[in-house]
Amino acid sequence: MKLDTTGMESAAPVWGSHNELVDGFSAAPSFELPNTTDFDGFQKEAIQMVKPAKGTTTLAFIFKEGVMVAADSRASMGGYISSQSVKKIIEINPYMLGTMAGGAADCQFWHRNLGIKCRLHELANKRRISVTGASKLLANILYSYRGMGLSVGTMIAGWDETGPGLYYVDNEGGRLKGMRFSVGSGSPYAYGVLDNGYRYDMSVEEAAELARRAIYHATFRDGASGGVASVYYVGPNGWKKLSGDDVGELHYRYYPVMPSTIEQEMAEVTGA
Amino acid sequence: MARYDRAITVFSPDGHLFQVEYALEAVRKGNAAVGVRGTDIVVLGVEKKSTAKLQDSRSVKKIVNLDNHIALACAGLKADARVLINRARIECQSHRLTVEDPVTVEYITRYVAGLQQKYTQSGGVRPFGLSTLIVGFDPYSGVPSLYQTDPSGTFSAWKANATGRNSNSIREFLEKNYKETSGQETIKLAIRALLEVVESGGKNIEVAVMTKEHGLRQLEEAEIDAIAAEIEAEKEAAEAAKKAPPKEK
Repeated sequence: MKLDTTGMESAAPVWGSHNELVDGFSAAPSFELPNTTDFDGFQKEAIQMVKPAKGTTTLAFIFKEGVMVAADSRASMGGYISSQSVKKIIEINPYMLGTMAGGAADCQFWHRNLGIKCRLHELANKRRISVTGASKLLANILYSYRGMGLSVGTMIAGWDETGPGLYYVDNEGGRLKGMRFSVGSGSPYAYGVLDNGYRYDMSVEEAAELARRAIYHATFRDGASGGVASVYYVGPNGWKKLSGDDVGELHYRYYPVMPSTIEQEMAEVTGA
Repeated sequence: MARYDRAITVFSPDGHLFQVEYALEAVRKGNAAVGVRGTDIVVLGVEKKSTAKLQDSRSVKKIVNLDNHIALACAGLKADARVLINRARIECQSHRLTVEDPVTVEYITRYVAGLQQKYTQSGGVRPFGLSTLIVGFDPYSGVPSLYQTDPSGTFSAWKANATGRNSNSIREFLEKNYKETSGQETIKLAIRALLEVVESGGKNIEVAVMTKEHGLRQLEEAEIDAIAAEIEAEKEAAEAAKKAPPKEK
């Protein structure tokens, strides 16, 4: 089984590779797999070792005006919150965004790599790559690393010649096209709010508020999600960051503290 | 000079790659091929050497499909052409698989040219002995294109071009007579150009037309004969008109 390591190719070409002339397909540089008697078992062990928990909440949806992308910013290692300010929305290029769920390093590296490939495609073909094409490039790479312990649950959102595009791509090599996705441990909660409030004909502000609320509600209930709710909008002119609100502040905005009647009665009685 | 044409990875002292130049000679001996780009149509025409009586002419089609929206004609070594065409066809499908999009004409031309170049810079192989004319429509914008590649691996886009035998005369004719045309006019221009160097008649030329809606369509012999007859008639009328004015003075 030859792995697709085109993602890790350096710019220098391989010297004198005669195989390329004989094969009908261009041979990518590759390395051999480990010699084990039980490859399935090896795969399972590799997965167990990394245990992709995907503690996060990310979501994206297509609506009339484009694509709305939102995510939290908490990184957790088991019960320890290692960071409250992780950038989980990765800017692949000015008109395409990727979301991060799973292994932070895996997501960051492969999204950066995808950005390189997209740019090379632009230079070679004198036109931007489609969201379909970009997501397929990523999915093919992840597929070739299947079972090796990569942990990536990402959504590729962008605007191309055919309009808004949204794909879900994961480390199993799966790739789905859709209108609404949420990924991560907080996704059930986000889906509840998102699916309830979603309409295709929303304005940008309405859609942003829906995205923000969905992330907030997920952070409220899911311990592995929190920090800052970032909301990005992808339109015909590319992406734009709309807001980044601390979810603690969002809580009091949505549920402000009302002085209760009992407390009011507890005022000091002057005199007798 | 004979010392510098064995291993083609070697330059001669005055900067020539002799194997590549010899390959171009092979192209010059091949049958004539012409391509013309119109506003909504592209036409390919190829000289057909008379088929032997017992040969099944259907098996010697010289204008082939690379994909639904791309076609290729070539001049030179036909066996080399088969290999190149197969590789290009695979690449068209591979591209569809990896980016879920059909290839653009420019992309597949770049691929074919890249392949031809690779064989000028490797040991133990010789260059492909053919130049190709690649036509098609851009899958999104619908703009028609015509490209040409040659054994050295260079390629460029053309409004109209010819390759193979007597290509210089055909190109001269095209340079003099080319104008933006569409539909039937483009077909006529291509056939007129080819008839400059080939004996008239549907038997001796193969013409195929590519449109955005219908893809590649090979013209029947009868159709070609009809257009050739039209061209003849126009030529004679032009001759007659030339002779008439002096008398009117």
